[in-house]
Amino acid sequence: MIFGDLLKKVKRERPSPKDAPKHWIKCKKCQAIMYYKEIAEKSFVCPKCDNHMRINAAQRIEMLTDAGSFEEHDANLKPIDPLSFVDKKSYKQRVEESVEKTGRHSAVISGSCTIGGISTELVVFDFDFMGGSLGSVEGEKIVRAVNRAIERRVGVVIVSASGGARMQESTFSLMQMAKTSAALRRLDKEKLPFISILTDPTFGGVSASFAMLGDIIIAEPGTIIGFAGARVIKQTIGAELPEGFQSAEFLVEHGLIDMVEHRKTLKSTVGNLLKIMSR
Amino acid sequence: MAFYLDFENKIKNIQEEIELAEIRKDDHAKAIFEKELDKVVEQTYSNLSAYQQLQLARHQDRPYAIDYVKLIMHDYHEIHGERTFRDDPAIVCYMGYIDEQKCVVIGEQKGRGTKNKLKRNFGMPHPEGYRKALRAVKLAEKFNLPVLMLIDTPGAYPGLGAEERGQSEAIARNLYELSDLGTTTISVVIGEGGSGGALAIGVADRLAMMRYSVFSVISPEGCAAILWNDPTKVETATKALKITAEDLKELDLIDDIIDEPLIGAHRDKNRAADAIKNYFLREVSALEKLSIDERLAKRYARLESIGRFQEDSKA
Ligand SMILES: [Zn+2]
Repeated sequence: MIFGDLLKKVKRERPSPKDAPKHWIKCKKCQAIMYYKEIAEKSFVCPKCDNHMRINAAQRIEMLTDAGSFEEHDANLKPIDPLSFVDKKSYKQRVEESVEKTGRHSAVISGSCTIGGISTELVVFDFDFMGGSLGSVEGEKIVRAVNRAIERRVGVVIVSASGGARMQESTFSLMQMAKTSAALRRLDKEKLPFISILTDPTFGGVSASFAMLGDIIIAEPGTIIGFAGARVIKQTIGAELPEGFQSAEFLVEHGLIDMVEHRKTLKSTVGNLLKIMSR
Repeated sequence: MAFYLDFENKIKNIQEEIELAEIRKDDHAKAIFEKELDKVVEQTYSNLSAYQQLQLARHQDRPYAIDYVKLIMHDYHEIHGERTFRDDPAIVCYMGYIDEQKCVVIGEQKGRGTKNKLKRNFGMPHPEGYRKALRAVKLAEKFNLPVLMLIDTPGAYPGLGAEERGQSEAIARNLYELSDLGTTTISVVIGEGGSGGALAIGVADRLAMMRYSVFSVISPEGCAAILWNDPTKVETATKALKITAEDLKELDLIDDIIDEPLIGAHRDKNRAADAIKNYFLREVSALEKLSIDERLAKRYARLESIGRFQEDSKA
């Protein structure tokens, strides 16, 4: 499927700015109220406080890739319910709700594209689909993207936005951490680049696998990144956490990621880095 | 003092009778009670619920990594530290022998008694623990020694320093490096296999579980709190997550179940240790019949095949 159609499809299923109630959007950080269209033109970054608002995978792809270059793969992979898992709702029902919400069958969109003219394989997480959780389909899509990259001798870019492993797939989900990390080890041996982009939020089984294995790791400003959630840590240590704990800026200071990059320069930075790391 | 779970009460009573018979030197009574014990053990343990198995996996008398090291290794030396920050007592590493086989053994270590539990951080490693384990397996690779990894942790530690020093990166790095480490690797879940913190020493040529161990993506307590929003649903969550050795073998997510004595490793440490030792020696000798390239290809193919999904024909 060509990306234009994909975007149209997604746009059809979400309220367009035109139908959006009142046409206004409120910044969660500074509470400023802004015209939807204006904020959309600014890539959903608040003009008042620079808050990088959460965006969905289709918007991310539009923002990061060269126009018309994205060609989706593996959209035909769909989750099944290997454990017949039922908590307050059934896993099947949760998937159906996410499919309805996003118009997609998994928490990642993957495909081939160019970024700043450089061919690459791109994988983008969608937080709207079950919190961007990592299940069998998501893991498989990442591995296939890596395999295509090796075949085409290009790099891989993964944009994470995830609460971690998908509990409803239990150990199948846990093992995707190993599966994706092993695939990236192969990419590494082929001396092909992997850029990991962390967007809000990146946690648990995602941060503790592929997301932290980038040759270069970039985060958007204000992104919260960690292994354990702040609430769990607070409970465990029984103390308050320092200001800015687990923020992208905190991770740069501690030497855990390479850079914090503003959304408006993200694409040019990724394109340039890919160019530098290509042979 | 031995500790008994609720469902082990009958066993407790008989074992007390056996002890009394021993004191009285009444061999006849002892023999009768021992026979009775076999029967009750069979009854009690052949039909355990997932939650009861979880309790056994966490049983306070269950052997921990160091207990097994003492029982199966000889001429061994503990090696310490990742050379950067500090030595993490929640992970222990040894070089030595199991029978004639030179090897490296790594284990997640819980503590016994308050002081020791605190020292071992309840078996919850920090990043430097995983980095120490990585250093140890790299040594094993360099000297072509097989590695035995003993998994037993509630999970990687969720703390301030752990985050500051890159808990996520440390776990991810181990998954990455272990996926193509150039020596034979065997991982065994001996008690609790808690999430990414367990998997960080669980990527290997063989992943096996002791009969009464568990392996899960999240603790049943955490799962109940998040998905059910109700901490009392632990038993339900335990069942739903399919965390027992039997379930995971059935789902083809592990290679083998190690033949832990039916009465449990906590009641027969020697036989449990022998079962691990025999498994390790047998699998190492089988694996080393293959070339390292063949082993690595198999290790990767196994990982790549994990996952269940539906693939529709393309539109
Ligand atoms: Zn704002």
